[in-house]
Amino acid sequence: MSHDVYELSGVRCRELLESGEASATELVQAYLDRMRGVDGQVGAYLLTNEEAALRQAAAIDAKPAEERGPWEGVPIAVKDILATKGVETTCASRILSGYRPPYDATAIRKLNEAGLIILGKLNMDEFAMGSSTENSAFQPTRNPWDLERVPGGSSGGSAAAVAAAETPWALGTDTGGSIRQPASLCGVVGLKPTYGAVSRYGLIAFASSLDQIGPLTRTVSDAAALLGIVEGQDPLDSTSTGLREPIRLPTERDLAGRRFGVIKEFLGEAIDSGVREVFNDACKTIEVLGGVVEEVSLPSVERGIAAYYIIAPAEASSNLARFDGVRYGYRSDEGEDLLSMYTHTRSEGFGPEVKRRIMIGTYVLSAGYYEAYYGQAQRTRTLIIQDFNRTFADYDYLISPTSPSVAFKLGERTADPLAMYLSDLCTIPVNLAGLPAISLPAGFSQGLPVGLHMISPHFGEQALVDAAHALEQKFQLGARPALTEVTE
Amino acid sequence: MSGGHGANGEYEAVIGLEIHVQLKTNTKMFCSCAVTFGEEPNTRVCPICLGHPGSLPVTNERAVEYATRIALALDCGIAHHTIFHRKNYFYPDLPKGYQISQYDLPLGVGGHLDVELEDGSTHRVGITRVHMEEDAGKLVHAGGATGRIHGADYSLVDFNRGGTPLVEIVTEPDIRSSEQARFFLNHLKNLIEHLGVSDVNMEEGSLRCDANVSVRRPGEPLGTKTELKNMNSFRFLARGLEAEIERQLSDLEAGEPVRQATVHFDPSTGSISVLRSKEEAHDYRYFPEPDLVPIVLDEAFIEKRRAELPELPAARKERLMEQYALSAYDAGVLAGNRSLGDYFERVAAEGDAKLAANWVMGDFSAYLNAQGLTVEESPVAPEDLAELLRLIADGTISGKLAKDVFATMAESGQKPGQIVEERGLGQISDKGALEAIVAGIVDANPSAAAEYRSGNKKVMGFFVGQVMKETKGRANPQLANSLLRKALEA
Amino acid sequence: MISREEVEHVARLARLHLDEDALARMGSELSQIIDYVQQIGELDLAGVEPTAHAVALTNVFRKDETWEGLTQDEALSNAPNAEAGHFAVPRMG
Repeated sequence: MSHDVYELSGVRCRELLESGEASATELVQAYLDRMRGVDGQVGAYLLTNEEAALRQAAAIDAKPAEERGPWEGVPIAVKDILATKGVETTCASRILSGYRPPYDATAIRKLNEAGLIILGKLNMDEFAMGSSTENSAFQPTRNPWDLERVPGGSSGGSAAAVAAAETPWALGTDTGGSIRQPASLCGVVGLKPTYGAVSRYGLIAFASSLDQIGPLTRTVSDAAALLGIVEGQDPLDSTSTGLREPIRLPTERDLAGRRFGVIKEFLGEAIDSGVREVFNDACKTIEVLGGVVEEVSLPSVERGIAAYYIIAPAEASSNLARFDGVRYGYRSDEGEDLLSMYTHTRSEGFGPEVKRRIMIGTYVLSAGYYEAYYGQAQRTRTLIIQDFNRTFADYDYLISPTSPSVAFKLGERTADPLAMYLSDLCTIPVNLAGLPAISLPAGFSQGLPVGLHMISPHFGEQALVDAAHALEQKFQLGARPALTEVTE
Repeated sequence: MSGGHGANGEYEAVIGLEIHVQLKTNTKMFCSCAVTFGEEPNTRVCPICLGHPGSLPVTNERAVEYATRIALALDCGIAHHTIFHRKNYFYPDLPKGYQISQYDLPLGVGGHLDVELEDGSTHRVGITRVHMEEDAGKLVHAGGATGRIHGADYSLVDFNRGGTPLVEIVTEPDIRSSEQARFFLNHLKNLIEHLGVSDVNMEEGSLRCDANVSVRRPGEPLGTKTELKNMNSFRFLARGLEAEIERQLSDLEAGEPVRQATVHFDPSTGSISVLRSKEEAHDYRYFPEPDLVPIVLDEAFIEKRRAELPELPAARKERLMEQYALSAYDAGVLAGNRSLGDYFERVAAEGDAKLAANWVMGDFSAYLNAQGLTVEESPVAPEDLAELLRLIADGTISGKLAKDVFATMAESGQKPGQIVEERGLGQISDKGALEAIVAGIVDANPSAAAEYRSGNKKVMGFFVGQVMKETKGRANPQLANSLLRKALEA
Repeated sequence: MISREEVEHVARLARLHLDEDALARMGSELSQIIDYVQQIGELDLAGVEPTAHAVALTNVFRKDETWEGLTQDEALSNAPNAEAGHFAVPRMG
């Protein structure tokens, strides 16, 4: 029985399993074959779980249907930033090469309890720092739509794997846009939930007050379903709340009466003309569906990047201090005494972008600078939150393009870190405010995907997926990346 | 005005203490690992207290309650809004590369502890702040000759202790001598023992004390201070402080300025070693802990903790004086040690309080000290001691004999009544029996009898002794005395 | 502009070793980035409270009940160097 992997989604896999049209083993095998056929070109996977996945699938197939949970047997892949007990977890860093966590992240535990089958761990920018997955210590990931181009980052492996149908759906993480931007560049759906909706226990921390786990999927329904599986208040995460009510699969078909605010500050010169065109067309579609589209201004978001590149590196510099070669991970052979062991381990183990951010973070927190940088950044954050709150009084959604450009070429931006940072302008303020946001494929420019970015108020995930689903049904983008499977 | 130190007594010592108290909770500050001691290394750990990537802290509710009790007992103002901060530095016993502690919004500020000194005067020591934090792991240094840090080949780390809840108490620089420091620390230890929140045992490490020391001429601005660290007993603390004060004074008197430094006291040599502080002082890069949320303490919470406070030593002393008609001295001793005071009250509940006080402070304490036991380890239950005292009060045995009985009680675990009966120790108060014995002794000692009759009343002592010898100590002394007098003066 | 001394100082604090080339490069990159984020100081934010958490929670606690932690083997399973049940590290120097 063969299945066109491009036709499969998480929800579709579940339907096939429930109806008996496919077994878990068949599904897993289909994806393993697909991975073998294309991942040599795409490079989305750092580690594949072949044996364990097939074993788990066999065990599920052996269970009588009545005893199987609704999602049992559906394959999934996860960004290599989530702790998987006994299975190597590297954050795409040399400093964690060979590290096997002694515990499962809560999100992973929930996947396991629901019976999903983890196909493998996906590539990313090292410690989630980057917008192109070029900062992975092990391999770049290539955009399935054009293998000379980046998939975006830091969840580039997750986005590419879903786009190339190497997995029906995936978990990624988002700190400044790391789910949404790669989703936009790879033409898939990417959802960052409200801060606290999904437990961060077991999510290897980059910036604690900004990080969230979220789904990258082929459909909006899948994003809702996967969020529903992993969300929830967790006693092991003091900052977690879960959603306010369980999320339902969206059914909306129109946007009558819904008000959309176009964030003026995100439609400036930095936006590619091709991207702008797709975005404008999307706005017209919203109106066709009955939505109202107006321009709004949130002046403080222009300071978002500056605030983010103070807060995130500051928190990261502290979060990454635990990588010292003492209890786990890489330890340098150089280092006769403690101090040189520390410095050599960290200098050899971390890549250049990670070191840059640790340096920025250490600098802004160091004596005398705290108020000028970190203090000001946290106050800027307040202003950004106030701007969003004020605007949400009059609008249901705030929209913009997800990324100023389509996927750029590998190597194109690596020489200029600041230029790389500036491309996060539309996604970053959302993390500072803790709001939920989605990137939805909206069209193409130069043959490459363009994403539409939509933001809702806190805990507005239902409204978000409802509207995104309605648009998705209307857009009807059927295109697929032209990947040829390699047969060995 | 002189400060009492230095060649001409013109300097005063200015001392502030930084005390760490380990809380007696079941679990660690930010994870549910058990707080235990003496276990095999790295067997009371989890991903959180080992600092594994992805792990997150969750605050122990009871630790916050205990810490609040300490802050209240020290009369601090309790913060209505208190948060944790990260204190960032690298050390092998610090698994996350930062310690979760408190910085500019601590739990308690602005308290004091009134300390009664030897001469009866009271000295108030201000408490700057009380805050919560987590303990580090334990580092042992292996290889090398001395086992000390420098010169060791490598170090071994055990994280069992890592994450244990700590309360840090910082005093104002109100202490003026090593004696005051010792009295303060004793008072503080006693106070916290009464709260039941910590073992506060310096030798075991549940009470740790560092000191900031400087000297100056009274009225002048504060001198440069040094930090005296790692003193693990009250005696070493006192000697260490004295040695450091001396060292600073001899520097000053030789025209040398005091340099900021960390110093260690070596009790075996009695000398101070100065650790040249590294070029830069630690830059801890404090920032609010993003993995934890603020703690909001309303009046209701604070009042509940206040109501939970047990009777504190000062109040207990007053009550003991009033309730049991004890002297200030006796009440002070019994209020000075929570378990001793508890023991005393259980004994006194059933009889003569004064007798109970004498015995608890006297023979009972002496026995415990000789055997190296704590009150909790006492082989004699308070009810049994009370029974013994009853036997004295009702004349069954003499006070002197009771001491023997007590010793037997401690060794054998037998009840006093049992022992008295088995050994036939009941006091002989039978007039007839004693009369016969008295008569026999008077007859057997004619010259002594004659001496007594001729006016040397002191000889009575000899006769009483003889009666006691004859009766193996069981004669009722008062009765023996009066019968002897009757017989001799007859 | 961040001086070379400052870069060295920060690298020391962060326990990172940077050779000559790396120091120079890091210095210019850091300067560029800090110059950019410096704009945050231009905003007049007096009277604006800092936000540490986007979604405000307070008083999240855990009951004082023990759990089974890791065994010694599990605890040491990733240790680069372990001895006698301990993590071993080079001397202080």
